[in-house]
Amino acid sequence: MEQVKDKKFGMVIDLDKCTGCGSCMVACMSENNVPFREDETDKLLSVAWMRVYKMTNRKPYPDTEVCYFPRPCMHCEGQHSGHSPCVSVCPAVATDYSTATGIVSQIYTRCFGCRYCMAACPYHARVFNWFDPVWPHGMEKSLSPDVSVRMRGVVEKCSFCYHRYQKAMEKAYVDGRKELEENEYQTSCTQACPAGAITFGDLNNTHHEVYKIAQPDHKHHGKSKNPKVFRLLERLGTNPKVYYLSSRKWVRQLGDNYRPDEIMK
Amino acid sequence: MLPFISFEWVWDMGHLVFHGGLWYALNIIGLAMTYCVLKTIYDTYKGKGAQHH
Amino acid sequence: MDSALIPNGVKRCSMGKFLLWNSIIGLVLLWGVFALLLCWIKGLNQTNMNNAYGFALWIWADLAVIALGGGAFFTGFLRYIVGKEELKNIINYAVLIGFICYSAAQLILGIDIGQPLRGWFIFWHANIHSMLTEVAFCLSCYFIVLCIEYIPLILENRQTDKVPFFHNLTHNMHEVMAIFAATGAFLSFFHQGSLGGVSGVLFGRPFGFREHIFGTIWPYTFFLFTWSAAACGPCFTILVTKITEKIAGKKLVKDNVIDLLAKISGWMILTYIIAKTADTLYWAFVTAPSTGFILAKFYTENPGSVYGYWILFLEIVICGFVPALFLIVKKWRRTPVLLWTAIILAVIGVSLNRWVLVLQVLAVPVMPFTDWNIYFPSWQEIATTILPVAYGILLIMISYRYLPIFPQEAELNPIEPEPEPEQEAKPEGKAEEIKTKAGEPELKPAEA
Repeated sequence: MEQVKDKKFGMVIDLDKCTGCGSCMVACMSENNVPFREDETDKLLSVAWMRVYKMTNRKPYPDTEVCYFPRPCMHCEGQHSGHSPCVSVCPAVATDYSTATGIVSQIYTRCFGCRYCMAACPYHARVFNWFDPVWPHGMEKSLSPDVSVRMRGVVEKCSFCYHRYQKAMEKAYVDGRKELEENEYQTSCTQACPAGAITFGDLNNTHHEVYKIAQPDHKHHGKSKNPKVFRLLERLGTNPKVYYLSSRKWVRQLGDNYRPDEIMK
Repeated sequence: MLPFISFEWVWDMGHLVFHGGLWYALNIIGLAMTYCVLKTIYDTYKGKGAQHH
Repeated sequence: MDSALIPNGVKRCSMGKFLLWNSIIGLVLLWGVFALLLCWIKGLNQTNMNNAYGFALWIWADLAVIALGGGAFFTGFLRYIVGKEELKNIINYAVLIGFICYSAAQLILGIDIGQPLRGWFIFWHANIHSMLTEVAFCLSCYFIVLCIEYIPLILENRQTDKVPFFHNLTHNMHEVMAIFAATGAFLSFFHQGSLGGVSGVLFGRPFGFREHIFGTIWPYTFFLFTWSAAACGPCFTILVTKITEKIAGKKLVKDNVIDLLAKISGWMILTYIIAKTADTLYWAFVTAPSTGFILAKFYTENPGSVYGYWILFLEIVICGFVPALFLIVKKWRRTPVLLWTAIILAVIGVSLNRWVLVLQVLAVPVMPFTDWNIYFPSWQEIATTILPVAYGILLIMISYRYLPIFPQEAELNPIEPEPEPEQEAKPEGKAEEIKTKAGEPELKPAEA
């Protein structure tokens, strides 16, 4: 089913609302059949598509402030269409940028595990299956049939719950529609967030809430016109589709790297 | 990798240059080796190389 | 026992000694194979890599051995294309070393990928815009070239050479070797360069990213890698030759040959290191600062100060300018201690460069609220990296024993003619004696 217009699905995460509860991570794991191990002490070996970081303003008590920072895949578009850091380097076209949805896909059965994409991604959004995926006895019955489980030795990452998009499009097709309503396709983290900190939708659609908050300037690689909105590591030219909203200056400043002379300004 | 067969193949400048260079090199190696083997068969048939022992 | 296989006019150690050393190295090899099997059967959880360190010791080893194996293509280029005739006396060994390096690289890649059975996807589903694709294609093609260059050497064994077909094949392959050498140089230019591009294109990693020529095609590290491999590869060839001479206890290549290669290497290193300095300065003061990174962010405040400015000093000055000068100044490169120092420093320098552009790229935190990533390889990674070294030593031992690798060996180490069967029965330490008898060959100026 062809869409009428190209979409650019993206997200705004309100960091002022995020409490760091981790619901988005849990929802993501169960929605996408993300494997886990008995001992998850070493987080650098964990498979997590959505990860919540904790950052502080590095000031002593009582001025200490904390901000929780959820980080899904940024679905970077790069400086020219589809030139995201990971897609451009994958030697086997196992990851691709869809100009129809703006989603960066991962083809598990084609990935041969060279991990070049992981080296390319500055967000650590890509994780490798270091172990065979094994679920506790009986739990495999609760796996989602809509998402394939991944084998050892391949890279995986957040897909913006692409299977939900496919399902929504199928339903729209049955209804004789070519376009989706805003609420028809939402990621599981968006729906799970108890604080309502995540807004998801089409950044090309001026009626979508995500567009209204993010105010992307498509002429300038999607840079936000909203002074309180920023993107993570925007200066690298990755052109991500996940925006962050914060009223706190130090939070916005921690979203990118600045030289000492720039911070002075 | 192969034109017409694999679906990743795109007829654009990048593919033509990359695979052009690749097949050029492979062909040179292949042709040179074929020449060596054929000439060797010919030489051996002519009895060359046998007299030196 | 195997005297019928040993080349005419040269002396080799006893079969027992040969087998003993083979067994010792073989044990190391088996240790590596055990680790390799662990990685294949249990998966890459056997390594100390993690989601922050997806590239580690193995990728460094790959980049390093390919740079060091660059001696094969560059010596071939000098011998067959430029026409430096003297180098025919070291080209065989350069080819053998190159063959070992490239097969080692492919072996390591076979362990490094998470799904080794899908390795062929890189060819079949090739993304031509990926540096790794270019590496895979050119590396495999060049390995074919190295095999072709190694085959005549194998066929020159005394027994196989008796077979007219093999004798003729060797002869005919030598006739067209320039074509293979030229193709090898062409392929090497691209895969050495692409390896430089591997980190140079990572615009998400400011430590590795470099400006691109004409804006989009290749990052400047592409050319730096090709240049440094051509510069330092021959140093590795000389180093291995010198080590072989020490172990064999006799001179195998005349000094004028080494001298010529060392001189060319010196000039190559000097020009490379000047370009590398320029690249480093531009990156440090223009490229990286444009994304908010100052040099201090890359080299300070990391755990244990592992990554400090000392790396830059060691790589560019100690392992760059110093060996270049030692090799360029005639008097210095003809002083054995300085020659040894220079080639060792050059080999360390190029390996350090590869280390930095793999490991440090991933160590530097890019997200401002994250920390440095520190990595130390697991024993399985170390064993599988030593595995190709053991394999290389074995192949050198076997090739040296049975193949006429060094055309000047017989001339440099004359032995009194004896009936064949008794050849192997000679007492051990004789080699030393012969060496002193033959004396140091006079040094011929290497001016071409």
